[in-house]
Amino acid sequence: MLCQECKQKPATVHLVKIINDHKTELHLCEDCARQREDFMNITPFSVNDLIASFMDMGKENPANPAYENPVPSKCAVCGMDYNQFRKIGRLGCQECYKYFGEELDPVLRRIQGSTVHTGKVPKRCGSDLVREKQLAEWRAELKKAIEVEAFEKAAELRDKIKELEQSGNEKQENPKKPGTDTPEHPEKEKPKNPEKPENPEKPENPEAGQLGGSEQ
Amino acid sequence: MSWINENGPIKDVVLSSRTRLARNVARYPFPAAMQEKQAKEIAEKVRKSIQDGKSRLNTDFAFLYMKDVPVIERQILVEKHLASQDLMQNYEVSAMALDSAEKVTVMVNEEDHIRMQCILPGFQLNKAWEILDRVDDVVESEVDYAFDKNFGYLTSCPTNVGTGLRSSVMMHLPALTANNQMNAILQTISKIGLTARGIYGEGTEALGNIYQISNQITLGSSEEDIINNLTVACRQIVENERMARKALLKFNGIQFRDAIWRSFGILCHARVLELKEFMTLISQVRMGISMGILPNINTEVLDTLMTEGQPAGVRKKAGRQLDEMEVNIVRADLIRKAMKEIINKETNS
Repeated sequence: MLCQECKQKPATVHLVKIINDHKTELHLCEDCARQREDFMNITPFSVNDLIASFMDMGKENPANPAYENPVPSKCAVCGMDYNQFRKIGRLGCQECYKYFGEELDPVLRRIQGSTVHTGKVPKRCGSDLVREKQLAEWRAELKKAIEVEAFEKAAELRDKIKELEQSGNEKQENPKKPGTDTPEHPEKEKPKNPEKPENPEKPENPEAGQLGGSEQ
Repeated sequence: MSWINENGPIKDVVLSSRTRLARNVARYPFPAAMQEKQAKEIAEKVRKSIQDGKSRLNTDFAFLYMKDVPVIERQILVEKHLASQDLMQNYEVSAMALDSAEKVTVMVNEEDHIRMQCILPGFQLNKAWEILDRVDDVVESEVDYAFDKNFGYLTSCPTNVGTGLRSSVMMHLPALTANNQMNAILQTISKIGLTARGIYGEGTEALGNIYQISNQITLGSSEEDIINNLTVACRQIVENERMARKALLKFNGIQFRDAIWRSFGILCHARVLELKEFMTLISQVRMGISMGILPNINTEVLDTLMTEGQPAGVRKKAGRQLDEMEVNIVRADLIRKAMKEIINKETNS
């Protein structure tokens, strides 16, 4: 289809207006569309715009309780607020995912079609998180099973929970220094390093300092 | 050596396969809200993990701070698909690790703290994922990632959250484009969560009939599922492109051959070559070679030429500042010489 205005370029922008049951259609090329007021806000748009409008969708619906709260969400850690995020389409820090949770939910549902990660998990710090999550799920299932008196299933779940909890405790009794991969050692080995890494935020290890010679 | 001048499977249609992971360092603000000092700390953490870490990768990595890299070299890294435009825009604080084989890059302080990628010639998505998965493990053994049990790997933009994985296949689809089948294909792949972009990423046009097909969704599917999904779709597209090429030859034989030989002729003799024209012509020649219409030139030679013919590549060859017209002239000279060499080699062998 050619553009209705210039009749030269292919029409790539289509507008259907329905006002009081009266329908009008317009088919334009991008250049002609840009000249018209109707299209000013339609083209071109970016992912940021899309995210912003998904976030607003929940707000424009008065049935949504979030609408009644006029104070924009703000991340207490990095200070980014909702309007800033809307503008740049980027979050300020990892905690933003918590503070903007309510607004992000529809965005993730629309863009990603899901809100739960099922892929890879960081080997060092992620496994505890995943275990916790699994435990929480099983505990919820257990509660439900007891409520409906499905005792066989409940017993099964109880055993699974116990097993997983124990595997977690063993890990903690036998602390590994972060970053070392030691599962290849089949012989029973006492933990050579009795001191626990007290502050996990400081990954500085003395060997690396010596090798790198950063103090020169 | 680089992914560009190496042979790869299904090279007649697929130029390269790429996987990319977005990661952020735990407890640091994301790049949009970060101070310069923090950016430097992150660069140092990542550098250490790759160059001094206990678990090592089996290739050597150079670590480049973008502010130390000349502007032209930065552009060439982008034209070779080894770094992103975003990384160069943050050049004051950004850095990258580049392996000696020019296949793996770990970009630091781009849109996310860490963007790592593996690019391989031809259709090798699984391999590209295997390699990148290992690189990720190596960095993660020293660097704490921002990770949430529900959202997965946390990223600056919610479009990357979850796996942080974007896998893409760069495909050369001249016959499907000529047959006006691309729109239908793009519509179909969008239904299974895939998307297509031009050769240089988001918002760029499909210069030279080259499309990047990639996954849109990063949350809710496993990395393997994402890779498999894309692999299946791309295999289908490869078959369609091959069929379309055969059909063009069968039903429009002489016109089709003529168009390819003309493109070849212009590349051999033109005195001025604009980027867009150059990409269209070399695309035709690439197809002609893979279909046996033109003499058998290695597609790697052509793909190298395609990269060298990009604006920064041409400027580097010239070794001086060039305005746009001059770029087009130098490009034509460069290509003409290269084609002459190729033909001489052909006739001597």
